[in-house]
Amino acid sequence: MTITLGHFLTVAAILFTIGVFGIFLNRKNVIIILMSVELMLLAVNINFVAFSAYLGDLMGQVFALFVLTVAAAEAAIGLAILVVYFRNRGSIAVEDINLMKG
Amino acid sequence: MTVASLFFYLFSVVACAAAVMVISSRNPVHSVLFLILVFFNAAGLFILAGAEFLALILVVVYVGAVAVLFLFVVMMLDVDFTELRRGMLSYLPIGGAIGLILLVELILVLGTWNFSSEAGKIAEPIAPGGVTNTEALGLILYTKYFFYFQVAGLVLLVAMIGAIVLTLRHKAGVKRQNIADQVARNPATAIEVRQVKPGQGI
Repeated sequence: MTITLGHFLTVAAILFTIGVFGIFLNRKNVIIILMSVELMLLAVNINFVAFSAYLGDLMGQVFALFVLTVAAAEAAIGLAILVVYFRNRGSIAVEDINLMKG
Repeated sequence: MTVASLFFYLFSVVACAAAVMVISSRNPVHSVLFLILVFFNAAGLFILAGAEFLALILVVVYVGAVAVLFLFVVMMLDVDFTELRRGMLSYLPIGGAIGLILLVELILVLGTWNFSSEAGKIAEPIAPGGVTNTEALGLILYTKYFFYFQVAGLVLLVAMIGAIVLTLRHKAGVKRQNIADQVARNPATAIEVRQVKPGQGI
């Protein structure tokens, strides 16, 4: 039994779904939501690498590298905003974030 | 069953189980640690797919930087996480329904897609002339996609400056060094001569 493209895509689909599910499950906790977004980006990267290996096309790996870069930048900015928000409000609950004015 | 497929199933099962633990764990520190486990197993999957450079970059960048950043933030914020978990079960049905729909959609896509006949013509060879994965990536990244590489660097620079600007704050009442003032001192400004009357303080 050999590992085909379908196996990789299935794992990536499961990981992506777990990420989406995590966003809904932890509606209040921004940190877990950010981690779920990281999970989804990881699933996308697995897809890119699997297709890259299957098609023999290096471009998928190059693009996965750029996805990795943007994900790292996004995590840094997201956590910085979270720290600033916590300093101002003393809470990170998502439902309080509708009061950004002022 | 070959060793490669055995490892594939090992990595993918552990990755999926750890991903479930990330979103359902009671303690966010445990969530971050399970996220690190997911990244390690995804790196294993990348190695099985032949992308060893990306696998090690995943370990270095994600585990070494992003996950540790998450860990720092989770530990620094004094948040009552049990309070944040209240009402979690009320989101379970809708979240489960949407997750299930998404999974069914993805499986339907997996069953019916096929490649465009043009796809093979624009492909970059994965190991031109038998070079290693890292060298092949470098050969293509620093030549053909150099502009995108520079833009990625710019994105990281902007993210770094943005994070610093967002979190930097100057508290009033904290004594700081002011190099210009210190260098500009001379005896005339540093010494003050006062006449003190006997028996009285200043």
